Amino acid sequence: MTRRSSFVSAPWLLAGPGTLFFVGLVLLPLALTVILSFHAYDYSTGIQNTFTLSHYTTVVTDEYYLSIFWRTLRIAALTTLICAMIGVPESYILSRMRDPWRSVFLLVIIGPLLVSVVVRTFGWSMLLGSQGLVNQALEAIGLAPAKILYTESAIVIALVHVMLPFMVIPVWTALQKLDPMVEAAAWTLGASRFTALRRIVLPQVSLGMLSGSLIVFGLSASAFAVPALLGGRRLKMAATLVYDEYLQELNWPLGATIAIIVLAANLCIMLAYNRMIEARARRTLG
Amino acid sequence: MAFLSLEGVSKEFGTFTAVCDATLEIEKGEFVSLLGPSGCGKTTTLQMIAGLVEPTSGRISLDGRDITYEKPNRRGLGVVFQSYALFPHMTVAQNVAFGLEMRKVPQSERTERVREALSLVQLSPLADRYPRQLSGGQRQRVAIARALVIAPPVLLLDEPLSNLDAKLREEMQFELRRIQRKVGTTTIMVTHDQAEALSISDRVVVMEAGRMTQVDAPYRLYEQPSNAFISSFVGKTNLVAGTWRRDGASSAVDVGGFRLEASAPEIAAGTPVTLSIRPEKILLRAAGAGRLDGRVVSRFFLGSQWLFTVETPLGILTVSAPNQGGEPPSEGSAVGLDWAPANLRILASQAAA
Repeated sequence: MTRRSSFVSAPWLLAGPGTLFFVGLVLLPLALTVILSFHAYDYSTGIQNTFTLSHYTTVVTDEYYLSIFWRTLRIAALTTLICAMIGVPESYILSRMRDPWRSVFLLVIIGPLLVSVVVRTFGWSMLLGSQGLVNQALEAIGLAPAKILYTESAIVIALVHVMLPFMVIPVWTALQKLDPMVEAAAWTLGASRFTALRRIVLPQVSLGMLSGSLIVFGLSASAFAVPALLGGRRLKMAATLVYDEYLQELNWPLGATIAIIVLAANLCIMLAYNRMIEARARRTLG
Repeated sequence: MAFLSLEGVSKEFGTFTAVCDATLEIEKGEFVSLLGPSGCGKTTTLQMIAGLVEPTSGRISLDGRDITYEKPNRRGLGVVFQSYALFPHMTVAQNVAFGLEMRKVPQSERTERVREALSLVQLSPLADRYPRQLSGGQRQRVAIARALVIAPPVLLLDEPLSNLDAKLREEMQFELRRIQRKVGTTTIMVTHDQAEALSISDRVVVMEAGRMTQVDAPYRLYEQPSNAFISSFVGKTNLVAGTWRRDGASSAVDVGGFRLEASAPEIAAGTPVTLSIRPEKILLRAAGAGRLDGRVVSRFFLGSQWLFTVETPLGILTVSAPNQGGEPPSEGSAVGLDWAPANLRILASQAAA
């Protein structure tokens, strides 16, 4: 009887530690944040113990907050798009490489992840600053210096740099599963190299692209260090805005509200996107 | 001028020579098999014809046109890959239509030709399925339909039957031959299965270590193998080493003091030779009634025939006998072995090394 009961409880015991971590570190703080977002706030007395929806109405009606949300969405979408445009060809080339070059280039691609995000971002600000290498190069060839640092472009450039491995690796994994002869079959049937890639290879790595884009979009939309250091004080994204509300304004309930709205928006976009692409891919790829 | 010809085609990968000086002429409508053990260069040869591998030297021409360095998508050859290489994200009909689409065949004609191709391989009801919903044999037929629908001058088959189970493989062999007869397409098939090559080809090309060593009709290949490798690779055989003797009109092979009557073309007396005799050419007799006496060591029942290993003064010989319904000699019993001297093949010995 004891044997039987331990057999029944084994799955619970095995899943227990993970569940505890998830509840303690994700669900509980999230629930507290949700509760916090409904508390009233007063600048002279702090957080009040009264229920209010005013933070939500403030955020969704104030032009300032909405513009930051739009910027976050735009930057995350653009980063995802650029990552896909660079990452997919990159992983195709990578999959066609032979060792040892493949390992070398895989390391080069994963390299950025091994450097602290702060150090890496300061590196970009040195390159992109008004006296940085990029502007020095522009001047050397006789062009006017461009203002790159503290613009959206700087944020996108740095985000693409960090996020590329998250696109390359899923697509590369999908390519690994591909029978190389399938592409050759398309050639023998009269397809050019480009047509074979577009019609045969690309549709089959669409699921890899999907998971890559979801990771890249999610991480970009909630990125903090890159916009904080390369966007400057004025160019804010959602994560830096939350940080400011908490630590500059000390208005924790408003910060919590923004965090919840960003989370909900992110979730909606990713789920819709996932459903759209996956439905199409499932139907054909099984 | 042959329809498809290979002239001194070689392929080297670094220091390894995969195919060496392959020369072959194939007539229009012929079914030719490239037969050999794995790693003999047969698939590389096929891929050079398909344009997927570029020859290091030599020339390949199709219908008088030099195609040695032409891109695969300009050659217009039909290829059936060993893995079938179907497009998993397209339906059967879309797979078959792909080649026509690339040729910009108008929609109405395309539909018609896809329908014809699918009915040729008897897959019409499955046109809207995806490859993953098909069995191995059905996938293989989709691959054939896809290759044939573009009406290629040459159809190339790379081990098309190796992924099928034994019974299906046999069915598909005849199916393949039926389709090829019907459309009349010149076909080259790569295989390592000698039974497959013998049963459906007009001619068989044997490849060993990158070289084409014999090109012959199946039955001639079987009866007159040019060397010991081919005689043991194509079908089963008994190989016995001996010395060639000739006294006047009669000639014989001396195997350890035992004289076996045989005839052979000009071989100098005293030359070491290898004797080859097929198991089914040896007949079982009562002990003392044959040319040679022996003792049955073991016997195996194969359904249509019996296979015996017999211990003789020449060594262990394999003998096969058709199943006539009765009980054949049991293990340990003494038997006589007989054969027609013409069935004893003499091969020059250096080839046996």
